[in-house]
Amino acid sequence: MELLIQLAIIAAKVIGLTFLIVLPLVPISVYFERRFSAIIQDRVGPNRVGIPLTLLGGKKDISFFGLVQPMADGLKLFLKEDFTPVHVRKAYFWLAPALVIVPSLITVCVVPFGSSIGFTGEEVKLVIADLDVGPLFVFAIASLSVYGITLAGWSSNSKYPFVGGVRSTAQMISYEIALGLSIIPVLLYYGDLNLSNIVEHQAKHGWLLLPLWGHDADHTLVSKLLFWIPAFIAFLIFTVSIFAETNRMPFDLPECETELVGGYHTEYSSMKFAMFFMGEYAAMVIGSAMIITLFLGGWSLGFGSDAFISGLAIGGFKIGGLIHLAIFMAKLVAFILFFILVRWTVPRFRYDQLMRLGWVIFFEAALINVFLAALVIAAPQLGTVITVVGAVLLVIVSAALLWVLRASEPKAAPNYGLLGSN
Amino acid sequence: MPLLLFWIFAILMLLGGLAVVVLPNPVASALSMVVSFVGLAGLFVGLNAFFVGVMQILVYAGAIMVLFLFIIMLLDLKTEEKRTPKLVPVIGGLGIVLAFTIQLLGVLGSTPDKAAEPLDLTAASVAMAETSPGISAKLAAGHLPDVNLVGQVAFTSYNLPLQIVGVLLLVATVGVVVLSKRQTT
Repeated sequence: MELLIQLAIIAAKVIGLTFLIVLPLVPISVYFERRFSAIIQDRVGPNRVGIPLTLLGGKKDISFFGLVQPMADGLKLFLKEDFTPVHVRKAYFWLAPALVIVPSLITVCVVPFGSSIGFTGEEVKLVIADLDVGPLFVFAIASLSVYGITLAGWSSNSKYPFVGGVRSTAQMISYEIALGLSIIPVLLYYGDLNLSNIVEHQAKHGWLLLPLWGHDADHTLVSKLLFWIPAFIAFLIFTVSIFAETNRMPFDLPECETELVGGYHTEYSSMKFAMFFMGEYAAMVIGSAMIITLFLGGWSLGFGSDAFISGLAIGGFKIGGLIHLAIFMAKLVAFILFFILVRWTVPRFRYDQLMRLGWVIFFEAALINVFLAALVIAAPQLGTVITVVGAVLLVIVSAALLWVLRASEPKAAPNYGLLGSN
Repeated sequence: MPLLLFWIFAILMLLGGLAVVVLPNPVASALSMVVSFVGLAGLFVGLNAFFVGVMQILVYAGAIMVLFLFIIMLLDLKTEEKRTPKLVPVIGGLGIVLAFTIQLLGVLGSTPDKAAEPLDLTAASVAMAETSPGISAKLAAGHLPDVNLVGQVAFTSYNLPLQIVGVLLLVATVGVVVLSKRQTT
């Protein structure tokens, strides 16, 4: 009986968190993407699709700002012809889309979505698997999704998809190093790899990037502010590397439309194509969740209010976890909007720039940052030295980012008019 | 329940290993190797070694095998698929497997068949109270902090070998850069 209840709780968590929270976020982010890009490009975007009352004899449709559009998109992809070209290697061709989406959804299981709910003494944490190797688990499983993209490129048996797959492999491996190295300072600071504990620590002692409350003898304001420098450098490198890992603009070289037709999914249609799409968006959701969890306090509201929220209860049933879940979702949506904003403002990198940024700048900066963070923790009395080194490093990283951003902009060719053609 | 999981992952690993050898297509072999690694990682997790299990996937399945696959795809080994296995190498390989199995059976025969004693976490916690209070506190809470323990052992008892391995890897990295530079110019 005990075991059955345990299993039921686990099943409820898997279904609730993965299929009712993360998966619906995928179409919602597609909707946000379309509306937000429309705003950026001074268009209206999809704002009509709603409940079609006119079909049922009503006078007027209810449009809900086009919020039903993602469902229409999904339906369209479902109903399209699922075409498999003759020249593909069939087994791998079918396997590849699944290999893209499954790892992203597996990583959901270590993300803490909220504090706990339930009756006192029998509380349930809002995390599917409270592993002690949280961030490593996410990196390990997420790194498997590269097989899907590589296999898609290879099994399509045509040139552009293959180049897309090869690019993706090289890109993923390059940025995984920066990704892994950049969070070492963060893990040094927490001394823990359990994401729930990390978030609880932040709820008590201030978010890593906003350490303004919960000071005590072990966590003085000065020490936290001093650690803010390596933490912010880590945040920059980690966020940009997440962009590269999830193949989002400005790093979407594997599916670069202007060079590779559609990249690795050129030969795919219908739901198989949609699964690549869903995999990319699910990876984006998980990446945002990781950034929020490690740097921005996860589900905590901050300013010392979390103990109060956790204690909220209706008739003995604690509901604080649900409020924390809502806070987490708000942060997640905000970060997804940031991802979309970047996609529609920053132009795509050239491939050599991408590689240079990963290997020459981020790799070294992340390594120096590890030393800097260790220095902050081990010898906080060297405050000025640390601040100076940190400031220099910060300037170098930001300058490098700006340089690459500027370099990726196409230079306007000087216009000599008719004279130029002579 | 853990026993069932052990069998699932063990069979997954063995099937993967078998497929590496049997399948004619090099890409299929490489993917089978990934399956085998995932099975092995599952076994590590079953032994409470979460860190080793995750590292197995992160390093071997996520990085090294990706590079293997990358190379195999670029080489485009079409002839490899049509090659028929020759008798002598097959017999040689089976012979090695047989010798290893006999050796394994010999070792297993002389090993007492009993379950390992559960770890005494409180005693370990008391023993580590002075040297590493963080680990000790976690052990006292009935929790095995495998990442912290691995780090603690690697950076205290085996610090010198760790540094030497680090230098070795650095030398390898520099060597790779030198070799690849020479070819391009």
